[in-house]
Amino acid sequence: MFSGLKTQDARLETEGRNIRHESCVLSLGSLFCVTALLVWLIAPRSVWAAEPPVRIWLPEGITTTSPAIDHLFYLILWITGGVFFLVQATLLIFLVRYRQRPGRVAAYTHGSSLAEIIWTVIPAIILVFLAFRSQHVWSSVRGTPPPEDLRIEVTAQQFAWNIHYPGPDQLLGRTDPTLVDEATNPIGLDHQDPHAADDLVTVNQLHLPVDKIVLINLRSKDVIHSFFVPQFRMKLDAVPGLTGHLWVKATKSGAYEIVCAELCGLGHYRMRGFLVVEPDAAFQAWWTQMVKEQG
Amino acid sequence: MDAHAHASDPARQMRAVVGSQLIFLTLFLLPLLGLLFPAHLSKIVIGDGLLLGIVAVLLRTRLFSTDHKVIGVQFLITSLVMLFIGGSLAMLIRLQLGWPQHVKYAQGWPHQAFLVLEKILPGGFPSGGGIMDAGFYNMLFTMHGSIMIFFAIIPLLVGVFGNYLIPLKIGAGDMAFPKLNAISYWLMPPAIAIVCAGFFMQSGAAAAGWTAYAPLSTTLGPGQVCWIVGVIVLGVSSIMGAVNYLTTIINLRAPGMSFFRLPLAIWALFITAVMVLLATPVLASALILLLLDTTLHTSFFLPAGMVIDGVAQAHSGGQVLLWQHLFWFYSHPAVYIMILPAMGIASEILPVFARKPLFGYRSMVYAIMGIAGLGFLVWAHHMFASGMNPTLGTSFMASTMVIALPSAIKTFNWLGTLWRGSIRLTTPMLHALAFVSMFVIGGLTGIFAAASPVDLYLHDTYFIVGHLHYVLFGGSLFGIFAGITFWFPKMFGRMLNETLGKIHWALTLIFFNAVMFPMFILGIAGMPRRIYDYTSYAHLAHVGGLNRMMSLAAFCLGAAQFIFIVNFFWNLCFGKKAEDNPWQANTLEWATTSPPPHGNFPTPLTVYHGPYEYSVPGRTDDWLPQHMKA
Repeated sequence: MFSGLKTQDARLETEGRNIRHESCVLSLGSLFCVTALLVWLIAPRSVWAAEPPVRIWLPEGITTTSPAIDHLFYLILWITGGVFFLVQATLLIFLVRYRQRPGRVAAYTHGSSLAEIIWTVIPAIILVFLAFRSQHVWSSVRGTPPPEDLRIEVTAQQFAWNIHYPGPDQLLGRTDPTLVDEATNPIGLDHQDPHAADDLVTVNQLHLPVDKIVLINLRSKDVIHSFFVPQFRMKLDAVPGLTGHLWVKATKSGAYEIVCAELCGLGHYRMRGFLVVEPDAAFQAWWTQMVKEQG
Repeated sequence: MDAHAHASDPARQMRAVVGSQLIFLTLFLLPLLGLLFPAHLSKIVIGDGLLLGIVAVLLRTRLFSTDHKVIGVQFLITSLVMLFIGGSLAMLIRLQLGWPQHVKYAQGWPHQAFLVLEKILPGGFPSGGGIMDAGFYNMLFTMHGSIMIFFAIIPLLVGVFGNYLIPLKIGAGDMAFPKLNAISYWLMPPAIAIVCAGFFMQSGAAAAGWTAYAPLSTTLGPGQVCWIVGVIVLGVSSIMGAVNYLTTIINLRAPGMSFFRLPLAIWALFITAVMVLLATPVLASALILLLLDTTLHTSFFLPAGMVIDGVAQAHSGGQVLLWQHLFWFYSHPAVYIMILPAMGIASEILPVFARKPLFGYRSMVYAIMGIAGLGFLVWAHHMFASGMNPTLGTSFMASTMVIALPSAIKTFNWLGTLWRGSIRLTTPMLHALAFVSMFVIGGLTGIFAAASPVDLYLHDTYFIVGHLHYVLFGGSLFGIFAGITFWFPKMFGRMLNETLGKIHWALTLIFFNAVMFPMFILGIAGMPRRIYDYTSYAHLAHVGGLNRMMSLAAFCLGAAQFIFIVNFFWNLCFGKKAEDNPWQANTLEWATTSPPPHGNFPTPLTVYHGPYEYSVPGRTDDWLPQHMKA
């Protein structure tokens, strides 16, 4: 009997305490926002401002498949962005609207089947839609490659990209790991093989002709690396023991970089290759030049 | 008589347990001093070992208990210490990422910070002049990830709350197997020691990332071997814990506590234990194979034709991708092992402070089961870019899209719980709300990674780092903070300071977002993760400023945690005494004293209702404890 009264008292006291705390939270919150703003305004811009100011965002896409990937990215960005604002706004509105006030009593409800069905079905429809869109793009990027104009082989190693071009015979010479000599023959090209005679091997220098379909056979000598050209919107791991296939049709000439995107050891951060996409004539000229240099 | 009363005072006993645990951990971690004085390492280790032995004998009654509450608190103290160590490593990572080229403009405090660091950790700066070694950087993020996942988040969620809450919330006196429980804790300190031992070796600690991808992990030497062995030991501990949790929940529920009257935290821990039991053995066997490949030169993961450093390797027949399949078969469920208990904690706390029944109890339970079931079918979404068959990519993209659904259902039910409530913004509630809000960001950004073509671009960039930190810090860690602040009064019989708690919450939330949100932007700009120096890349020429801002925010985030430490330990000793049921909550742990005596409940309880009967119409109190008839 008395315990009921006592708990009632305790509850009122707690309520008072909680209301005080709530105003405390609100004032603290605004205090921190103001502080953050002040720090942002006062602190020297040089601490974080990029010089010159540039937009840090997706790099330019330069392949035939990159627009579809970007489109899917923006589609998901809009959908998730919308859900994000809806959910966070609802959360904030509920916190303000249903905050504890004297006399406020919470509703007694265990849920609603209708609500459960609505918020299961709507996300399900969106997710199925996204799955179909993803699959569509996925099969165009990673599905059976179209017939290629040029086939090259990229062999990754700690910490370099070896690029193997076929000669006029369009065939890549045989390689054998036992023939590897890091100084003279990094990919172990078998010079006895007739197809190998006209091949070209470069290190960290990848030149590709623009508007041609290039099939890249991707291999690794030692550990896993990942062939990542941000402008291709594409990465594929170079896995020892496997040959990966990726194809690109670059649509824009320019100088780009190959990044290793899979941790591969001490020099992972400096495993950088240079990619030049150029018109076919320039590519042929470069190729002839390189063959001459390698004698 | 008086002395006897003191000795049996549970609050005093809990403080003694914390004190003994801190003494033990200090001595246990003391060999780390050897990093500062490498010349005296052997003296430090021998002296410390002796001291540790003496302390273990003197404090044996405090240290070696089979009481689930003591074990829970031991897990708590140990994993909080590891959280602190893992966080310190993150600070070093951010220092390097903020100022990778500090040597070029050798001035200002960042450069000074590097020089100071060089004095403390000379091993990480072999070339001098404050230049961090790239290999040391690889160790930093590897150990940060491993410590946070294996020694902080999993033990905090599963070890602490599993041990502390399961018997109390189901009305049992203790765990089903108290000794097994004690062993599962006492395997953790050796696991920590073994994993961290690498820091003292010539090879350094593990440096292949927390994912330890073969073949890189097989080439790194003894530090990596220690990592493998330590994680196996921890896996054994997890499996023991899981068996215990399952048995306890199935067999020791109080009369009337049917499965659908279980609090959601218990449901979450129950399903988590099932996942641990099914997934961890796979990790353990994969680790054993990796250990054999590393030490005995077997070829489970190593194929023919490898040439490392110009030397042709004699392996043949191994499959590199096999490691990834086995690893992620454990580690993707592990992600849910690290989020389900936090979801359970949030589902406990939201109804208490909204004074309203949990919205959609059954659909919440089914959502947990759905997440757990699907959690075993999505592992290869970590491998879209790995070179596996693209057709496999399709099926894992589809299953990953599906797993977003139960997570969405949970989020909407949490919002539904707040709807028309009477919301009290206490510290635990604020943390639980931050959990919901941040988990939404973590979940939504997961959809980018689930869409396999987009993931081809975002995989292994900072976008993924941002995503996983929104799930594991924004989700799990806010859930942990919510749980600690909520059950602290029950654990130690004292109240935490609300003002300090709220300042800690606000600073953590602000600075967490300031560090982690820009990671999405960096990832979209194409910045790869695990990169020691990004400055030479043309497409990353302008990300330095953003990185510096993130680093400053990270330091503030780290500093803000000292408020939590002060709040925790000060109030442990001098806090206001807690009532038995300070939050006016329904579940059984609040039906006993704070802290509960040995055996938990002086008289056995019978359960009459579900756990979330708040604001029942027609009652003067707005709560209806599970053990009281209406």
